This record gives sequence, C-alpha cells and structure tokens, in this order.
Amino acid sequence: MTTSTTPGKLLTPQQVADRRAQASHTSPCVSMFARMLLRAAVLRRRRAASALLAMIVSAAVATAMMNLYVDVQAKLRTEFRNYGANVVIVAKDGQSLPADALAKVESVLGAKTKTLAVPFSYAVARTHDGQSVVVVGTDFARARQLNHWWKVSHWPDAPNEALIGMRAATVLSPKIGPNRQPFELTFQGKAIELAPAGMLQTGAGEDSRIYLDQSEFQNWTGVAPSTIEVAANGTAAEVEASIRQLTQVLPAADIRPVRQIMEGEANVLNKTRATLYASAMLVVLTSALCVLATLIGWVFDRRRDFAIMKALGASERLINGFFAAEAAALGVVGAILGFFIGIGVAAWIGRVNFHAPVVPRFSVFPYVLAGSVAVALISAILPIELLRRVQPAIILRGE
Amino acid sequence: MFPRIVYESFRRQARRKLLAGIAITLGVAVATAMIAVATDIGDKINRELRSYGANLVVTPQEDTLDVEVGGVNLKPPSDGAFLNEADLPKIRGTFWHHNIVGFSPMLPVTVKVGEGNNNNKDAKDVTLVGTYFNKALSFGKDDFTTGVRITHPWWKVEGSCGDGRLARPGRVEDSPSSCGWPDDNSQDVLLGERLAAKLAKKPGDTLEVDGRQLTISGILSTGGAEDNQIVAPLALAQQILGKPGAVRRVYVSALTKPPDALSVRDPKTMTPEVYDRWYCSPYVESIAYQLQEVIPHSHAEQIRQVAQNEGTVLSRIKGLMLLITLAALFASALAVSAAMATAIYERRVEVGLMKALGAGNLAVSAIFFAEALLLALVGGIAGFSAGALLARQIGRSIFNSQISIEPVLFPIIMTIAVFVTFAGSAAAIRRAVKFDPVFALRGEG
Repeated sequence: MTTSTTPGKLLTPQQVADRRAQASHTSPCVSMFARMLLRAAVLRRRRAASALLAMIVSAAVATAMMNLYVDVQAKLRTEFRNYGANVVIVAKDGQSLPADALAKVESVLGAKTKTLAVPFSYAVARTHDGQSVVVVGTDFARARQLNHWWKVSHWPDAPNEALIGMRAATVLSPKIGPNRQPFELTFQGKAIELAPAGMLQTGAGEDSRIYLDQSEFQNWTGVAPSTIEVAANGTAAEVEASIRQLTQVLPAADIRPVRQIMEGEANVLNKTRATLYASAMLVVLTSALCVLATLIGWVFDRRRDFAIMKALGASERLINGFFAAEAAALGVVGAILGFFIGIGVAAWIGRVNFHAPVVPRFSVFPYVLAGSVAVALISAILPIELLRRVQPAIILRGE
Repeated sequence: MFPRIVYESFRRQARRKLLAGIAITLGVAVATAMIAVATDIGDKINRELRSYGANLVVTPQEDTLDVEVGGVNLKPPSDGAFLNEADLPKIRGTFWHHNIVGFSPMLPVTVKVGEGNNNNKDAKDVTLVGTYFNKALSFGKDDFTTGVRITHPWWKVEGSCGDGRLARPGRVEDSPSSCGWPDDNSQDVLLGERLAAKLAKKPGDTLEVDGRQLTISGILSTGGAEDNQIVAPLALAQQILGKPGAVRRVYVSALTKPPDALSVRDPKTMTPEVYDRWYCSPYVESIAYQLQEVIPHSHAEQIRQVAQNEGTVLSRIKGLMLLITLAALFASALAVSAAMATAIYERRVEVGLMKALGAGNLAVSAIFFAEALLLALVGGIAGFSAGALLARQIGRSIFNSQISIEPVLFPIIMTIAVFVTFAGSAAAIRRAVKFDPVFALRGEG
C-alpha cells in the first residue's frame, strides 16, 4: 500500500509480500484454486458442457421420478374417489338418523377438503296401478359429485322433478313418454305428482328406484335420512381414524367402511407404487451410469493437467481435492438446473396423464443434490485412483 | 485388414471396450425390463382391479323391479322372472371367454329363521342368498371352477377348520384357506356377521330355516348387505324356493379394455367392419352383448360403478408407465451415447496415425462403426437377457405372476440398441475424424 508499481516492472520480494498482505482477505491459495477450477471449465468448454449436460439430465430424470413417486399416490387416490363412497353410515334397526347427523358428519370431516357426505332416505311407494317401487330422497347436487359413474340423461333442477331409474321407468313407461308427462305415486295414502326429469342408469340397484329431492321427499313421506354415504379422502389409516371419530359422534348409527372399495383401492395402489418404485430405481440408476461414463471420460481426458500439476510438485491431497472440488461443483450446478427441469417434466406428466399438475416437492431437492454430488465424486475419484499409479513423465510423454 | 483392425482393437483395449459394453448392456437391460413391464402392466393391474368385484350383471329380460332397501328384499319371493342355471356354463363359450375371470349366480329367497315351526312368533324374515362358492363346472372340454370366492374377493369367512382351529381372515398360515367356506353340494350355510350377532350363533351351530336344520359352517363378513343375510349353496336356495334351476341374476367378472370412442357406439348402427372390430375388442359393452347372445332371455349390463372407474384408473396407470418407459429409454440412450463418446474420444491419436498412413475419413468411420455395431450386438444380447430376468423378478415380487417377454421384443430391442449406439457414436466419430493428424501425432490431444 506504500508503493505503486507500473506494469512490466519486476517486483522485489518485499513488494510481492506487501501485495499479498494487501489481498489478505482472500487467501492466495484459495484464489489460485478457484482460478484453476474456473479456467478448467472455461478452457475445455465442450467437454465440461457435455459432462454438465449429463449431470443435468440425470438430476432432472431423478427429480421427475421422485416427484411422481411421491405424488402418484395422491393422484391415484383422487381417481379412486370416483368409485364413490368408501364409508357408509346407517341408522340402526331401520330407524332414521338424528336430524343433525349430516351436520355432525361434516363437522367431523370438515377439516379435510374434498370430503363428501350425501344423505339418502328410503320409502316404498305405490304406482297408479299398485306396483311397489322404492323411492329415495337425496341431495342431487351432492349425489352428482359423489357418484360420477351414474349415467343421467338430465339432472332434476325444478321442484317436483324426479330422477327415474332405467328399470323403474319400464314400470312407469305408459306414463312416461318423450314429452315427460307427470306421474303419480302414493305413500301411505298420501299422493304426490312428480315430473320425470331424466333417466338414471347404473347397472345396479339404483336402476329400480326413483330419486327425489330430500326436502320434497320428507314433506311427502315424513321419512328422514337413514343412510349417509361418505367419500373420505386420505390413506387407509386416515379413513380408519375418521370412522372412529364418527362412531363417537354418532353412537346411534352403524358406521362401516365399504370393504369392496377400500380393499380394491389398497390393492391397486400398493402394486402401482411398487412398480413405480422399481421403475424409478432403474431410471435413476441408468442416469447415474450416464454421469459416471461421461465424467470418467472427462477426467481421463485431463490426465495431462494431472501430470503437470504433479510434476510441479502438487501434493496428492491437493490434486484429489482439486478434481473432487471440480466434480462437486459440477454436481451442484447440475443438480440445481436438473431439479427445476425435472419439476417441469413431472408437472407436464401430471398434466398429460392425470389432468392435474404434480405439486413440486422441494423436499426432494436435498436427495437430488446429495445423489448428484455423490455420483460426481465417485466418477471423479475412480479414474484418479487409476492415474495415481502412473508416473507423470509417462503421461507427459503422451504414452 | 479391416477385420483385423477391429479384432485387435477389441483384444488390446479390452478394458475400455468393457466399459462401453457394460453401459450398453445396462442400458438395454433397463429398456427391456421397462418395456416388458409397461406392456404387461395393463393386464396385471386389470386383474388387480378385479378385486373390486364383478363389472357385469346378467338379469332376466322381463325382470320386475327390485324392491329392496338396505339389503332386505320386500318383494314376494316367487315374483319375477328367472334365468336358467343350466345356461350358465355357456358363459365360457363366448368369444372373450379367456377374459372372463369368474361368475357367480345369485338367488335371493326370503325365509323365516327361528326355532319351532313357521308359525312361531319369534321367527324373523331374513334374506337367504343362494350362490356358487367355488363350484366345479365344465363346458365342452373346458373344466373350471367359479363362484363368489373369485368374483367377491373381499368376502371374508371366519369358521372352524377340520382340526377345530379357528381360521382368521388375512392370516398367511390359513391361506389359501377353505376353512369355513361351505361345500357347494352341502346343506351348510354362511351366516352374515350382523345377523350372527343378533341370533347369537357361531360356526358349527345349527340354524332352523323354514323348518330345515342347517349347519353354519362360517361367519361371513363383507361390509355390505350380506352381513345381514344368509348365504347358502345355490341348490339349497332353489329347494327352499321350490324352483330347481332358477337364478335371479349372475355377476360376471371380466377383464376389459378401457372405454373409447368405438366402445360406446350402438352396435346396431355400425358398418360390418366396425361391428367386427367392436365385437372382437374386449370392451365391457361387447362382452355384455356376447353374454346376452349365449344366455337366452337375458339382459346383461355393465355395473357402471366398477366398469367405468376401472377404465380411468387403468388408463392412468398405463399412461404413467408409458411415460416412465420413455424416460428410461431416454436415460439409457444417453448412458450408451456417453460411454461410446468417451471410448472414441480417447482414440484420437489412433485416428491421427491411421490418417497419416493414408486412411480416408470413410475408412476410419467404417472401423469405428463396425466396432460400435459389434459392441451393440453383444451388449444388446446380454442386456436383453438381463432385462428379461429383471422383468421376471419385478413380476414375481410385485404381482406374484410372470411377466411374459414377447419374442417380438427381441428384434425391436436389438434395433434400438444398434440405433442408440450409432447415434451416440456418430458425433464423437465425426469429431475424431475431423481431428488434424498433425496435432494428434504431436500428442496435443
């Protein structure tokens, strides 16, 4: 800081020492190290770029696979909820559920989103010619959401409109023409005039029934809901917990899981997850192999640098450190870039296949980072171990 | 000369060739395994989805309405039409009989349960359902068994085994357990869980049903309406009803293809070619159509809850596997390319020497491509076998069944292996060929 030097003029050892002291906040050794790392990348742009590309692709593929693996269960579970209710609440001994049952169910399950509870009440009415037919009161808006598989020509939207099951329609057929004439049903002497809104086709018991709006049904028959069908979202354990909670809130009712749905779902989910896991492992392994192949080539390619450094008296630790730092830097940069590309790929797969974006999971990042750096280090150390046994002179002579 | 150069190159640089060979082998193995798993997963998941139960129901054509609330039939039992039990084995004669996993007939009968005679005040009205449990049938030369144990896999039975041990559902040591399940030719019945609790009966007790003494072989738990019913062999239900050979409805469990634009069309409006294509595709609609053809006076309908959702789940999983297979193919192609590029890049000096001795670009490229081809073939064959083993392992550990490798996959995989190896080598070879021999010989690589 005392003397200023002009370029080209030789410095005395004192001056050099002074300048070093001046630049003491960055240790000379570190700055040299950083410079070597940077120059190595810049000078061999092409090879470094291809190594980095391999790194990015592997990290991207690994990220996408892990994201999908974590998310696919939630995605498939949403698909499975289309199967309808997985929990059924039935009043004991043919009675009705308490009036506040639905509110209670919703308050218990309300915390969780996408949980749907639909009330059903049943009565047997008679048609004009004395045939028995089951009439069901329900909430159409909810039933429509719960039972996606119902094939309905037109949902009722006006008062006194009913949904007629396919087979029930054949009984009423003389009365139901294309012009949707109203028909009459009687329950314990009370008659009601209904207009058919649409036809319902399910292939199951619903086909023989007539569906009415709950409040109209209750005004007519005085029968309150006896069944609530619930589509509870979540893992098997979460559904179990919901069932336990509901049992406490509604001691007067029988609450049971629909085993057919629960078991089928568990079955398919487990198998799919296992397959996906195996595939993800294979893909991640392959991409690690790709990095390994590229990096080994890269390091071998630079055996001349290695020999010169050694000839200039660099310690083995320094050389190892240098190559390791280079590999680690490559791993970090590749992991960061690959992570974001991988999230994009996962989101794209989610959109294409599940019609819903896959939520990016940043918790995956540490694993991708650690994996990338580990693979990069392994692929750098492996060829160095081989090179170490060779005399620098032999490498420099080009043999 | 040409074969000798290639041969010597393999002999002298065995280690480097090994690295590239391993990369190709692993890449091809992963690709083979993934393609095999992806092509087979539809079938495998389809079978898993069958645990949701039957997806088709066959009813008599002139059936009257079911008047049923909460699993209790309120209709007079002899009312309505029936199917003929003798027609059922014909289900195995339909075009898609290989896709039919199983079927179970159902015959519900309202009976009185209780001590004493029919006039007993304590007697209760209960539904007794007659069905097949695991019935041995034959159609032509085809012997098979079918029943609710196949079509309703979620039914669990708790009952005493021969040695008096209680069988618990879900225990490994009891499976495949026939403990508790009645024989199809016996007079034994299953008692629904809730009904059993109400009547305070346990396996081995006798139950008086319409004046008959029946032995309870097990307690049935289904989570559905059957928990309040009695399930009996079909013949017994027919005896009680007094209508031999009668069946109310048949549940059919079939492996089907997800619905698409063709499946939902009305067969009556199709041209003959379209009709053939529709008829020969395992859509749930065309199987229903074929069931109506073989069973007289019947109406077959898909159970939409099962059939429709199955299609979406299946196509989602298949689509996912397809995309992952693409990712796997991409990753293995990249690994092969990387290995080849590295192997060639190291041999620039050799290229310089060859060029200095007068070899043309074409001759040099030909040598490299010949080596790549050889590597691809050897690595491809090794990788295909390894991939086949891998796929088999995945099939066995996840699905407990074989994943079959189609022989047609072999040429496809080999073509892919050769193509990828060439593609991976091309850039490196081009660069090696372009490299100035002077620099190479001076050792300034």
